[in-house]
Amino acid sequence: MHELSLCRSLLHQTLEVAARHRAVAVTALRLQIGPLSGVEPELLKTAFPLAAAGTIAESAVLNLTATCIEVYCKSCNTRCQATPSRLCCATCGSCSTQLVSGDELMLESVELTLDQPSAIQCP
Amino acid sequence: MCVDCGCGKPPGIPEPHETATISLFQNLHQQNQDLAAHNREHFRSSGTLVLNLMSSPGAGKTALLEATLRTLQKNHRCAVLEGDLETELDAQRIRALDIPVVQITTGSTCHLDAQLVHKALHSMNLAEIDILFIENVGNLVCPASFDLGQHLDIVLLSVTEGDDKPAKYPVMFRTADLLVISKLDLLPYVGDFRIDRAENFLRDLASSAPIISLSARSGLGLDEWLAWVHAQKAKSSVDGAMAVENGGTG
Repeated sequence: MHELSLCRSLLHQTLEVAARHRAVAVTALRLQIGPLSGVEPELLKTAFPLAAAGTIAESAVLNLTATCIEVYCKSCNTRCQATPSRLCCATCGSCSTQLVSGDELMLESVELTLDQPSAIQCP
Repeated sequence: MCVDCGCGKPPGIPEPHETATISLFQNLHQQNQDLAAHNREHFRSSGTLVLNLMSSPGAGKTALLEATLRTLQKNHRCAVLEGDLETELDAQRIRALDIPVVQITTGSTCHLDAQLVHKALHSMNLAEIDILFIENVGNLVCPASFDLGQHLDIVLLSVTEGDDKPAKYPVMFRTADLLVISKLDLLPYVGDFRIDRAENFLRDLASSAPIISLSARSGLGLDEWLAWVHAQKAKSSVDGAMAVENGGTG
C-alpha cells in the first residue's frame, strides 16, 4: 500500500501551489489515474485525508478521472485500446506496441480559496 | 474608508473569498523522479552500473546475489543495497562474502524510493564500485512505481510462484529489462509451471525483455546470467566513455 506515500507527494505539490497563490484553503483536486499507474484510486481517496489532516487541504475533495489504456502498433501503424494484461494490437494481434496512455498519475488541477489581500488589488 | 490605501472599501467588513482553479498537469511522482535523476547523476559520474532486483518475497533475490557475487567479484568491484522491512539478515549474508553492503530497513514501507537510496549512498564510496545491486523490498506491486535512479530493472519469478504472474502483475513485469526465472532446480517438483507460458504472458505485455532461467542453488543457467551482467557493464562503460568523449569535443 504505497498510496499513502503518493498522497504525501500529492499534498506537497498541492500545498506548494496553494502557498504560491496565498490560498487559505484547497477545496478540490483533480487527478488522472491510468490502470497501469500502479495506484488503486479508492485507496488513494482513503489515504488522502490521513496525509492532509491538519493542513489547509484537509477538506479537499478528490476528483479522480480514470484514463483508458491505448497502444500504438508499430506493425500496422494504428492506435487501439488494450487491457492491462494484454497490451498487444487489437487490429493485427502484434505485440510490437508502444503505450500511448494508461500509466498516468497526474495532478491535473487544484481548486483554491484565495486569501483576501491577494485577491483585492487596491488601485 | 480603507485606512491603508484609501481605496474606498469600508473597513472591517470581510470580502467574500475568491476561488481559483489552477491547471498543473504535474506527475505525482515528480518529487521522487527528481531525486532519482540526482542519484543517476551520482552513478554516471562514478561510472557505476546499478541493477535493481525486484520480485515477490522469497523468490531468491539474495541467493542469486550470493551466487553472482562469488564469481563477479573476481573481475568487478561490487556492492549491494539491501531493502527489507526489518532485520539485517540479508546484509549479513552479503557481508559474509566480503562485499560492501548497506541494509535499508523501511519499517512498514513496502518499497524503496529514491530518497532512501540516496541516503544509503552516503554510506558508500561509489568511486570504488563498478556494479551496485539494489535488492528491493520483496513485493510485486509497490516497488514498480518508484524510480531509484537505477539503470536496469531485473524481475525474478520463481517457478513455485506460478507462470501467470506477468499477467497478474503487469505494472511490475512490463517494464522489466530482464526476466529471471529462478529456482529452476525445483521445476520437476512443481509440475504446472511452464516457461513458455510465462514467456507468452510477458510478451502479451509488449515486452521484448530477454528471459534467463536459472538456479542459484545448482548453478544451472548462472553462466548465461553472469554473461548478461558482464555485457551490461561493458555496454555502460562504452556508453559512459562516449558521453565523456562527446562532452569533451562538444
